[in-house]
Order: sequence, then C-alpha cells, then structure tokens
Amino acid sequence: MGEAGTVILDGMGVRRSLTRIAHEILERNKGVEKVVLVGIRTGGVHLAHEIALRLEEIEGGTVPVGAVDITMYRDDIKGHSPHHPVGKTDIPFSLEGKRVVLVDDVLFTGRTIRAAMDALMDHGRPSCIQLGVLIDRGHRELPIRADFVGRNVPTSLKESVVVTFDADNKPIDVLLEKEER
Amino acid sequence: MNLLITGGRVIDPSQGLDGIVDLLIVDGKVSALGEGLTAPAGSRVIDAQGLIVTPGLIDMHVHLRDPGLEYKEDIISGTRAAAAGGFTSLCCMPNTKPVIDNKTVASYVVNKARAAGFANVFPAGSITQGSKGESLSEMGELKEAGCVAVTDDGRPVVSGELMRRALEYARGMGLVVISHAEDPSLAADGVMNDGYVATELGLKGIPWVAEDSATARDVYLSELTGSALHVAHVSTKGSVRIIRNAKARGVRVTCETAPHYFILTDEAVRGYNTNAKMNPPLRSEEDRQAIRQGLADGTIDAIATDHAPHHKDEKDLEFNLAMNGILGLESSLPLSLRLVADGVLTLPELVEKMSCAPARILGLSRGSLEPGSVADITVIDPELEWTMEAEKLASKSKNSPFIGWELKGKAAYTILAGKIVTARG
Amino acid sequence: MGDAGVFNHKHIIALRDLSADDIRLLLTTAENLKEINSRDIKKVPTLRGKTIINLFYEASTRTRTSFEIAAKRLSADTVNISPSTSSSTKGETLSDTALNLLAMKPDIIVMRHNVSGAHYFLAKRLSCSIINAGDGAHEHPSQGLLDMLTMKERFGRLDGLKVAIVGDITHSRVARSNIQGLTKMGSQIFVAGPPTMMPPGVERLGNVTVCNDMREAVDGADVVMMLRIQLERQGKTLLPTMKEYSRYYGLNRETLKLARPDAMVMHPGPINRGVELSSEVADCDQSHILNQVENGVAVRMAMLYHVCGGGAVEAG
Repeated sequence: MGEAGTVILDGMGVRRSLTRIAHEILERNKGVEKVVLVGIRTGGVHLAHEIALRLEEIEGGTVPVGAVDITMYRDDIKGHSPHHPVGKTDIPFSLEGKRVVLVDDVLFTGRTIRAAMDALMDHGRPSCIQLGVLIDRGHRELPIRADFVGRNVPTSLKESVVVTFDADNKPIDVLLEKEER
Repeated sequence: MNLLITGGRVIDPSQGLDGIVDLLIVDGKVSALGEGLTAPAGSRVIDAQGLIVTPGLIDMHVHLRDPGLEYKEDIISGTRAAAAGGFTSLCCMPNTKPVIDNKTVASYVVNKARAAGFANVFPAGSITQGSKGESLSEMGELKEAGCVAVTDDGRPVVSGELMRRALEYARGMGLVVISHAEDPSLAADGVMNDGYVATELGLKGIPWVAEDSATARDVYLSELTGSALHVAHVSTKGSVRIIRNAKARGVRVTCETAPHYFILTDEAVRGYNTNAKMNPPLRSEEDRQAIRQGLADGTIDAIATDHAPHHKDEKDLEFNLAMNGILGLESSLPLSLRLVADGVLTLPELVEKMSCAPARILGLSRGSLEPGSVADITVIDPELEWTMEAEKLASKSKNSPFIGWELKGKAAYTILAGKIVTARG
Repeated sequence: MGDAGVFNHKHIIALRDLSADDIRLLLTTAENLKEINSRDIKKVPTLRGKTIINLFYEASTRTRTSFEIAAKRLSADTVNISPSTSSSTKGETLSDTALNLLAMKPDIIVMRHNVSGAHYFLAKRLSCSIINAGDGAHEHPSQGLLDMLTMKERFGRLDGLKVAIVGDITHSRVARSNIQGLTKMGSQIFVAGPPTMMPPGVERLGNVTVCNDMREAVDGADVVMMLRIQLERQGKTLLPTMKEYSRYYGLNRETLKLARPDAMVMHPGPINRGVELSSEVADCDQSHILNQVENGVAVRMAMLYHVCGGGAVEAG
C-alpha cells in the first residue's frame, strides 16, 4: 500500500457517520429488539463494536456483536495460489429469528458480502439480514447493495480505500490510496 | 597390427616403473619399453603426451547378469561398459540364473565374452551348489572351465563349518575364496546403515557388526586352514581393523573396497534415494575415513566396483522394495582418481590397486607391462572433465548415484591384447 | 520470519520439512476451524469441487475417518481406497496405482503406507498434493500436529513444555513427528523405553534427552505421551512379555504422580489397556485421549486447506 493516501474521511467524519448509521438502524428496525450485529473480519468487527456502543447509548440494553471470517467461503480459492490465513468466526449467540446487521468497512465488488451471507446462513436462519458499511466505493460485481452507508466515494479500480484503526481498534480515518502495480 | 604409444607417463608398479617412455606392442604383446622407440612400418602410433599409460585395469567384482538376467545387463553390454571405463579384465560373480556352479555355465560365460572381445572375463564360480549354502560346488571343474575364484557373493555362507571346508577344498584346487562377509541374522531385514540417518528416515538399519563379525569369522577360518581368503566390498572401520591385524599375523587374507565406500556415506540415502541402496550399505563418515586409511596403509589391496546393474523397475520403487546395488564400471576410474587428488594414494599405488593387485589375488597373467606380457593397456587422460549422463552409459542399466556428477579423468584408450577396444571420441 | 499466513508447501509429508512458522500457521488455522465442528451445519464450501483420494495401504479406521470427515466438512469429494479393495494384492506397483488414480484427477492424495518414504516417491511422480497419513516408521504429521494442538490448548503454549514420550521409539512414526514438531516449537522432549526400542542417534532428532528409566522421563513432565505397543511389529526379540513391559514401561497412578500435578496424559490410540496405560490412568481427568480425536478433524481440515493453496513445489 505504500505511502499515506488522501484522507477522504477524517476522525470526526467517521464518528458522525457511525452515529448516523446507528440511528438509521434503530429507525429501520424500530428499536434494538432482536437486532444483532455481525462484523466481517477484521475491520467490520471493529466498526460493529462502535455501532453497538452507540445503539446501547441511545436505547439502553445490550446489543450482541459477533464476528464472521469469510475465508472458508471465498470464491477465489485455487490451487497453487498463496492462501489467506483463516480467522476465527465467533458468533456466540443464535441467529435464529434475529435481525442481523452485517457490518463491513468498505463495500466494493460485493463478493465478500456474498461469502459472509453464506457463512451466516450456515449458522442459522435469521429473520432478515441488513448491510451497513462505512464506505461504499462502487464497482459492484454482484447484485448487492448496502442498507446503511457512511459515505459514498467514487473511486477508480486503480485506487484502494483503507479504513485505519488505532491500537484499541478505534477507527482513525479513511484513506484513498493509489494502488501500486 | 602393431602399436606404438609415445610420450606417455607409463606407470607399471609390477616393475617399479614410472616415467615418460614409449611402449611398443607387437602381435598383441608388449615388445619394448624405452625412449625414442621407432615403430615398424605400418604401425599405428598413439601420441600419449599428457596421458598416463598403465597395465589394463582389472575390476575383480562385477555382476554381468548373464545368463538369465540379461534384462539388467549381458556379457556384451557389461564388457563394453568395462572397456568404456578403462577396464580390460573383470571377474564376474556367479549369482546368475543359473548360478555359475558348473563348468557348462562357466564355459558359456568365458566363450561369450571371448567372442565379444571387449574385455577379458574371468568368472568366479560359486562356493556352494546353487549358492544355497548346502554343499560344495565342483571347484575343480569350475577351475578347468576358467573360473579364477569361488564365492557365493550376494549371500554369505552362513554355516561356519561349510565355510571352513570350502576354504580347505579350494586351497587344493588353487582357488581363492571370496567372502561376502555378512551375518544375515544381524543384518536382519535392514535396508541401510544402522545409525542416525536411518533413525531420522524411519528405515531399518544394518549394523556394522553384521559385517565385522562375519569378516572376523572368515579371517579366523583362513588362519585356521591356511587358505587364501579375499574379503569382498569391505565397508566398515572394524573390517579394516580385523584385516589389518590378520595381515600383521601373516594370515593369507586380501580384501577390496568399492568407490562408493570411500566417496559416499549413508547421508546419500536422504530423500530415500534407491541408487544409494546397496549391500553392504553406505556407512558412516567414520567408516569412510577408515576405508581411506585402509587404502593408504595397504590393508585394502584392491579397488573393485561391485558393478550391480538393475532394471529401472527394480530401482524405481519404494526404498524398502528396491534392489541392492549400483553400477560401477564407468565411474570407478574418475572416482578412484579422487584418492590421488586427495593425497590418499599416489598414482602408482592406485594403479597397483586397480590392476596389479587384482591380477595377483586372482592369479591372472595380467597387471604388468613387462616385455612379453599380453598387451592389455589402459591409457588414461587424468585431466579430462566430464559429466556422467545416463544416456551415454554403455551399461544396459542406469542405477548409479553418480549420474549428473562432474567427474575428472577418463580412459582415453582401452587396449585389449594390442587391439584398441575403445578410443576417446 | 516467513510471510505469515502463506503456506509454501505443496505436500505435507513430514514435520521435519516444515518450519516453526508453518506449524504455527497450521495450528492457528486448526484452532479457528474448530468452530465449524460445533455448528449445526458442519460444513463450509471451501474445497467444493476438489477431489481427495484416501489411499490407505494399512488399515486405520481412526485416521482415515478423521481425514474423510475433514475433507467432507470442507465440501471436497472423497474417494477411499484401501488395500483390500485395491489392486496392490495383484502386485501392482505403487507407481502404477498412483498413475491410475491420477486419471481421476485428484487434487490431494492422503496416503498411509507401510514403507517409510513412500510419499516422497509418490510426490516425485504425481502432480497433485500428497499428505502423509503415516509412513512406516518415519512420520505421521497429522498425529503430531493434533497432539501439539491438544497440548497448546491445554497449556496455552508449546514453548518450554516438558514432554515425556514412552514406548517403542524405534518403530514409532508418532514419536518422530512429535519430536520434530515439538522441537521446532521450543518444547523439551524426554524419551524412555526398553533400549531395544531406542533407535541410534535419537537425541539428534531434536531437543531430545534419552532416559533409561521411565520415571526420569515422567519426572516433572507437563505431558506424558504413551506410545502403542504393537505385538505384530515388535516381535519376540525386543520384549520378553507384555506383563513385564507394562510393569516397567506402562503408566500407572504411581508413576503419573511424578509428573506435574496438572500434567496431561496422551496416547495416539488405540490403547492396549493394562499395557501402556492402566485403566484408571486412561480414564482419569488428566487423560486427553478424546480431545486428541476431536482435534484431529480440525488439524486435518487445516492441512487440506493449506496444501490446496500451496505455493512453490518443494523438493522431496
């Protein structure tokens, strides 16, 4: 990834976006009853925790947060290509009948979301799945769209979007980087 | 045709000769040695400047596989391989199908080799009928048919009593007994040297004592009977020590080793390399050093190859299932020359071990360039660098761990009774 | 340090051939995959469309089943070929059998063979990945990995663990894989057994100390691993009787007291009760024999997953 890119969303902007997403989730689901958050490893998990904090602040109570690792559901596993390390899927609650908000940092081709939905389905049958992302950078390759979007950022395929986190897994900012070829 | 070899370094330990002289061959015999010889009209002249001229090399331990196992090697391919490797004579082992345990089989070998004309073949007959270790072969008839030694090589004579009687009986026939020294109950079903590498690879080991105890038994039997014993393919430190001590006591014992025992160790088995599988097995570095010491101090009389061709299907297998043995004829000379480069032997000492000593042990009228001798001559280019390639081997089989090795030194001319059998291309 | 998360081996034949990083990666993957085995739907689509042949020249219900479950949980198609149904009895060579199997276009062959090194032989001739499910007295890498995973879960580390391995070291591929793997992970290994079953140079295999008395090896150990005595392998020359073996080299309550109070007892199974282990030890809280079986599936899933994405072809 190389040198730092352009900041397209600063710390304040990230926090505001997450707060707005929290409100939209409440509005859409009419509260937090039956709402669970599942973040996609690794950035999505950190953001899911941030959103859960906000939901709990506004509504009280606790909102369960899980983590899903989509490595075993990828569609690009082929022989003789370097492999992705496997992270742990950790959903310590039942998804049965729950309103699941899947959280990721950046929505791009949609393939990760497809994999994550397959993984969720293998864990149980939620009543619905919604998608929240901090950044939607376009270039979808599958018919997938987000329900909650922090910011839409038009990008070229040669660029990449990176959400940075501090040592406590709190989001810092969002960078737009020129992909090195 | 007459032949004049000029300007070569002639090394003939049988007459203490080492110098630049010309050598004239007339009617298949050495006619004269000296400076500035002139060839009779019509002679062929070989310019041997920079080359070494020696009595024809003799490999006293070769498996020609003929009769019966010609898919591995036959007398023609085997003797061509010998010629390519610089050998003019060889002693072939009797573990053919049928075994060379009677004059018919022995004569077949001698006649076929003579007709082929690439190298002299002196067969060893078996000690026991069918090499079964039960009753003695007809050693007298074997000798008459051309056998120069008896051995059950490939398998030991297990019974001590029978080995004693074999030594006694062979003495009466003027034959040397070649011992394949191995206690099969100690070797058990081992497939490589017993030691760390075997432990790491999970392969069953053959301990050195399987060889040493058998060497000791046969050396003592030689001492008891006063008969000549030759110990084949010595591979252990202990065998060298036992034979050194026996020689000091005046026991009539001689022995040989093979290049792989002074070049390689059991490390070569790593990767489950079946071309590093032979019996006796490649040993430890300590044993390798002891073999070199035994060559240097004269305990080990001769360098033989134990040339053991096997078909690809018999080697291209899981390690345990692969057959024992490797090729030797076409790699022995350059590998043995390494002993000279390493300072283990002088060139004349090497020639002694590869020609004079085998001739003496087997009672062959070979291994000498004295005027009047049969003109079996090897002309060696000691500096020629070459790579051993499977496709270029004259042998039918390709089972050598040295394929792909960069070697130095090769026979430039192999001359059999004055006739050039192979010349460098 | 290698590139964390990249496994550059096409085959897994011996833990001797793997680095500490490779082993760490396999163990981490296995830990992370264990979750799948506790779900209702115990299956992920990772190796969908891949064909895995389980080629077992020696009977082994345990290992073969474990590999088969692992493959199925990763959605691979599996074919089991065992000696009784194979053509090896008709004298077909391993090389020919393998070439025939290759026509089925397998991605991975999981093989158990009674000859040490048979897998290297196969790897040189076939284009697919080879996983060793045990070869002769050489290695049994999946067993070594699952033993290490079980120890790591119990103690949170492998570094600095004192592991006693007791029994027939000479003929044990389990011992060799554990010694190779544990040494790389920083454990100390103490081996004990009748000297007839102690191979030459065993201390050079890794961080190994040879003990003459089993009690020395068990003294202060975190892990006591008991190897299976196989009458058919050991024959009559290595041991007088099973009774005497169990008296001097079997683990009973008294001997186990010498180990650390929280020590774990392991055995690759199947157990000869009353020989390597007294029944009360086999069934006690310290025994982790069942955990070992459970971790076996996770470890084998990790192995299958990583060889499927393996990078450069490695030398045998």
